[in-house]
Amino acid sequence: MSPAITVRGLRVARGGREVLHGIDLDVEPGSVTGLLGPSGSGKTTLLRSIVGAQIVADGSVSVLGLPAGAPALRARVGYQTQAPSVYADLTVLENLDYFARILDVERPAVAEAVRLVDMGGLEGQLAATLSGGELARLSLAAALVNQPEIVVLDEPTVGLDPVLRQSLWQTFHDLAGRGTTLVVSSHVMDEASRCDALALLRDGRVLATGTPASLLEQTGTDDLDAAFLALVDEAAGDGR
Amino acid sequence: MSVRRTRATALRVLRQLRHDPRTVALLLIVPCVLQILVHALFTDRPNVFQTLGVPLLGLFPFVAMFIVTSITMLRERVSGTLERLLTTPLGRGDLLVGYGIAFALVAAVQAALVSALSFGLLGLDAGHAVVAVVALAIANAVLGMSLGLFASAFARTEFQAVQFMPAFVLPQILLCGLIVPREEMAWWLRAISAVLPLTYAYDALARLASSAPLGARFWADVLVVLGVTLLALVLGAGTLRRRTP
Repeated sequence: MSPAITVRGLRVARGGREVLHGIDLDVEPGSVTGLLGPSGSGKTTLLRSIVGAQIVADGSVSVLGLPAGAPALRARVGYQTQAPSVYADLTVLENLDYFARILDVERPAVAEAVRLVDMGGLEGQLAATLSGGELARLSLAAALVNQPEIVVLDEPTVGLDPVLRQSLWQTFHDLAGRGTTLVVSSHVMDEASRCDALALLRDGRVLATGTPASLLEQTGTDDLDAAFLALVDEAAGDGR
Repeated sequence: MSVRRTRATALRVLRQLRHDPRTVALLLIVPCVLQILVHALFTDRPNVFQTLGVPLLGLFPFVAMFIVTSITMLRERVSGTLERLLTTPLGRGDLLVGYGIAFALVAAVQAALVSALSFGLLGLDAGHAVVAVVALAIANAVLGMSLGLFASAFARTEFQAVQFMPAFVLPQILLCGLIVPREEMAWWLRAISAVLPLTYAYDALARLASSAPLGARFWADVLVVLGVTLLALVLGAGTLRRRTP
């Protein structure tokens, strides 16, 4: 199967300095791909490039065979920004209703999105009065409301309690099972093991890609934190 | 442009306002209170109120919508909702026209209320139809909205956006002819006022207030107001970028 997302030689400059130095990445369709790396490694910039919100200096990003950000992709790619980007002065239902309308889907889709993020009972509540975790889930629901083929999520599980994180990861895999392609960023290594495929990012470069198991095998370690450190050492060795 | 998405945006903006009754109350009550103050200020000189009343009525919505829009649009930029919207099929025109429709409706209610008060209770007379005054007030509101939208692109914080009100709006009010007739201004002041859109909005309102025939100049004024609105909307749309650095 051809990749759902293909990134080749992607370079991005922000504020006068290069923050992505030639990224290559393939994302398989119907999978959950984790973009792991410390804060400042370029995860958000890479995700923004995939949704077509980022001005890129060089290289190419293609999504479902089209250049990233192409008008035909706008209804097929869902994006959750790192900060919850919903309207604080609207209720949960009004927020989702608006995103549903601009994405041309009908009312039942809103109920389905509410169910997906487990927010039943909170529909009438003003977003401003939601907790941080609820707000993050509302923002996620807004990205899922039209059941896009590609879902790009920037740190969707930050600040959520473990039970909820568990259930969201289950949701991600359910979506992938239905053929959705998900790209999820995180700086928490223990989430890496929940992904089908991983790309480890550091200082604007891809350190390694592969399944969690293959990365452990490749580095001869038994947890992904250690694998990441081993890969950083290896990269530093190469640089010498 | 899509009718469905434009309508959805207008509805969303109105729903946001509905959850903020205090802002709605301020938008509707403050102009009425100001009009009552102006009326009381000139009880002994009713002809002054007759001269000021109609232009003020038409300028309130301009000021109010300028502030409301510049802050609202700045919030969309800062909160990330704008970035999200611009990754969806929503067109920039859908967003701007949606805002325009919502705020024009609010301006219509505002102008109708101040008109009912001024013409009904305060004894204001307009030389021409009251409906024309209300229509012009709505046009001015949309002008204020489009300028506010454009201005918001240059503000990074709400503090800055609020300061745009005195920076963009006060000079226009000072120079539009309301305080000193334009013919009595120094040549360079008159030259500046000639490039400020509010000058034309004021002139049109002043012509509606007087009983003299409207003349071609009135329609030229209206065209300038509509033209500047369109220009500011196009420039404002240019500041909404799908791709950002």
